[in-house]
Amino acid sequence: MAELRTEEMLLNMGPQHPSTHGVIRFVVKTDGEVMSAAVPDIGYLHRSIEKIAEKATYNGFMPWTDRVDYLAAMNCNVAYAMAVEKLASIEITRRGEYLRVIAMEMNRIISHLLAVGSLGMDVGAYTPFIHALREREKVNDLIEELCGQRLTYNYARIGGVIYDMTPNWDKKVLDFLDQFEPLLNEFDRLLTDNKILRKRLGGVAVVTREDAINYNFVGPNLRGSGVKWDIRKDMPYSVYPELDFEVPVGTGEAGSFGVVGDCFDRYMVRIREMSESVKILRQCFERIPPGDHLVKVPKKIRPPAGDCYIRTESTRGDLGVYLVSDGSDKPYRLKFRTGSFSAMAIIEKISRGMMVADLIAFIASLDIVAPEIDR
Amino acid sequence: MTVEEIAKILCEHFKGLQIEVVPGAKNAVSGIQTGDPAVIIPAEKIREICNTLKVMDQFAFDCLSSLTAVDRKDRFEVVYHLFSYKNRHSLTLKVNLPRGGNQPQRGVEGEAPSGLAGGGGDASPSIETVESLWGVANWLEREVYDLFGIKFDNHSDLRRIMLPDDWVGHPLRKDYKEEVDYHGISTTRPALLQ
Amino acid sequence: MQKLADLLIQKFAPLQQLPAEYVYLVVQVVFALLMLMIFVAPFAGILSWVERRIAARMMDRVGPNRVGPQGFFQWIADGIKSLLKEDIIPRAADPILFRLAPYLVFAGMFAAFVTIPFSSSLIVADMNVGIFYLIAVTSIVVVGILMAGWSSNNKYSLLGGMRSAAQIVSYEIPAGLAILVVVFLSGSLSIQDIIKAQGAYPWQWFLFDNPFMPVAFTTLFISSLAEGNRTPFDIPEAESELVSGYSTEYSGMRFVFFYFEEWANIYLIAAVGTALFLGGWQLPPAVKAWAVSTGGALGVILPHFLEFVTFFLKAAVIVFVVIWIRWTLPRIRVDQLMTLSWKYLTPFGFAASLGVAVWMVLFPNGVPLVHYVMCAGALATLLYFFYRVAYQVWYSRQPIHLNPFV
Repeated sequence: MAELRTEEMLLNMGPQHPSTHGVIRFVVKTDGEVMSAAVPDIGYLHRSIEKIAEKATYNGFMPWTDRVDYLAAMNCNVAYAMAVEKLASIEITRRGEYLRVIAMEMNRIISHLLAVGSLGMDVGAYTPFIHALREREKVNDLIEELCGQRLTYNYARIGGVIYDMTPNWDKKVLDFLDQFEPLLNEFDRLLTDNKILRKRLGGVAVVTREDAINYNFVGPNLRGSGVKWDIRKDMPYSVYPELDFEVPVGTGEAGSFGVVGDCFDRYMVRIREMSESVKILRQCFERIPPGDHLVKVPKKIRPPAGDCYIRTESTRGDLGVYLVSDGSDKPYRLKFRTGSFSAMAIIEKISRGMMVADLIAFIASLDIVAPEIDR
Repeated sequence: MTVEEIAKILCEHFKGLQIEVVPGAKNAVSGIQTGDPAVIIPAEKIREICNTLKVMDQFAFDCLSSLTAVDRKDRFEVVYHLFSYKNRHSLTLKVNLPRGGNQPQRGVEGEAPSGLAGGGGDASPSIETVESLWGVANWLEREVYDLFGIKFDNHSDLRRIMLPDDWVGHPLRKDYKEEVDYHGISTTRPALLQ
Repeated sequence: MQKLADLLIQKFAPLQQLPAEYVYLVVQVVFALLMLMIFVAPFAGILSWVERRIAARMMDRVGPNRVGPQGFFQWIADGIKSLLKEDIIPRAADPILFRLAPYLVFAGMFAAFVTIPFSSSLIVADMNVGIFYLIAVTSIVVVGILMAGWSSNNKYSLLGGMRSAAQIVSYEIPAGLAILVVVFLSGSLSIQDIIKAQGAYPWQWFLFDNPFMPVAFTTLFISSLAEGNRTPFDIPEAESELVSGYSTEYSGMRFVFFYFEEWANIYLIAAVGTALFLGGWQLPPAVKAWAVSTGGALGVILPHFLEFVTFFLKAAVIVFVVIWIRWTLPRIRVDQLMTLSWKYLTPFGFAASLGVAVWMVLFPNGVPLVHYVMCAGALATLLYFFYRVAYQVWYSRQPIHLNPFV
């Protein structure tokens, strides 16, 4: 039988695509369904935030940190504030710390909801996504009451947080948590016990433990590959040493075809982290002390010359802030080392031999947001 | 292990190399350490030292947490942040590179230089890549090349990552001046306050 | 239709000069067009509205509620909007195939509607190979989809078209096997005969005839979902992977034709399932006798109307299940889809047909006890399902909006 002449198709999952989370481009070489390479092309959202940092004062740069990762804006705010406070030796009050942690954990819940919901939507289950958005709306209203913003919060300041809780806000949040847990259970059952989802995500795009550490995976991606590492527990900062919570790890549980480090593990880690965040929030509200929420800092902060590297557990993993100061009132160099950047680095290697549909599931399970990659 | 101990063991291994420890900044009043201490190593030996750091059990730095560069006006400082999941310690390595040429010139007859040649020809600083040790270095080094113009020898795929391939210049350098326009789109706009 | 045509020939003298076949032909075509205009087109449109409302309630939101009472005229607004849109055809697209594809898809689907019965004598063409013709003619849809995918000159459309062709062709076989099982039981390929071989009560339906029938029904249902490109088998039009699959480059009314075909296909799935397994339009004899006894014109129309209502309600239940499944389940990958068809459904189809053949040899007249037991089992399953639903509703402690029209 004569050999049929076939060609490889060069498919462009372009910057505009319904399911690349943000503006990223993949150049995919495929022969129909099985890919031979999927090369990511980033840079569509490069806003040169790091260069702007060299022109903005330490205080005035805070709104830009929201835009580094708008889905986890609180974490970025707090990470930057912590870096500056460490260099400038500013100690903040306990109440400020607790308010920061409360805001960060609420942000973690809504970010994971969106991540899991859009993973479901990319795989074809449209309903859980809308349910996740419904919960997000309730939390957005609560956060709006706290700091006036629904997405890019600009809540932390160098020295604490800008606003204190309004009266009865903690009761509202606790009411929300009470009705969120059964709904989280229902949402989880709609997706997690679904055989089709398990077959779609189980065994797909396995990132082994060695690969995960080698490629500097962080956060739920790293834990999904079996490495039990959480900065909140292992290198704790702020008030996390006093809080009691578990760190979920992926265990290859997608039935008989699950492997540790597949997409389903990363998904399960996120689901479990949401319940852990609920636990943390409840403890915070019990333990929050009265007091001031913002320390007086000079109008122009001039940290002494030096550099420091702070790692905090943002929702997408370890957000590293490397801050170099030269004694003036503007940063000399500020670098954000984000979790999505390292997650993108491994896509090209793992995607050889995968199917196009699996690539979509892989990207969604890595929980990539484009602004974090490009800054 | 503290940074000083690591530096001491490194000095014993690599006799004759100039390995310095820079203590981190300290608060003048209270003496609390505010900055991170760092180990400065010479640029030619970066790969061997990193290999030692990764392979030796007492170090076991299996994760490259961050790779970035700082443009001190007379030199480039490439900063590696290493971390070990096994031993739970971290290390900051710094490498000083002499500052190469200035803003790269446009290619012959006004054609835009390709991404690789945009580093100002032969005058841009270069250092060996650590990509074979830590896979994430591939993208991190591409980012440093893109924004600073520091070339990494033996890198498998050194091209611009965030900026378009035909961009001229390396933005994060302190002496970076934007071109007047890019493909006909002007990079300046009239002043907002008249 | 034959009787109606004869009546017309009797009444109108000029028609008696034409050969009778021509009159039959014209009458049949007119009825087909009437059915299209009165039933199929409005049904597909209303089904789009129904689907959007059901999907919205499942997602805890409202759905279209502005255009008309409860948003009922949304589909008319959508139709008018699509007709008025600019007709964009990509320059590099194949000019003839691009324009022809939606019509082929539509023709393939509609040609199957002529054999769907609405009542005991309301059927456009009661062919003696009815069900066989139906399966054959719905395959024209594949040709249309492939044409759409290829002629768009777009790699995504090509991927979608290829996937769809593979999917539909693979799932023809389990569907055919399941239908074969019903043909064994009824002894005829004509849909009206199949319905007449069943009765009105559940234990007289083919679904509860012997233990292999539920297997055949499930196989037919899943295969029909796959043939209709419905989730969980909607990879040809997987929005999150291929933008819109084979219909990416289409706009305006041509685009609507593809989705029109999909919604009308849902009714086709439901109608085939009802006719073959759920007793079709059969009324309990007492009810039918009462309807006839009302006398006069009403006595002629009422039994047919009641039969239509019965058929339509049974089909509506299946339509609801199809919509329900779409908005609940994720979509399966293309290789898993092929595995499902060839490694699972086809063997099930073979097993069912073998089992039913053996059953019919052993028990030529059926076993009423088995019918009753299976009915009771089905009823128990249904009651257990409602119990579980009630438990979940209680467990999530959410306020219930019983009014579907919010």
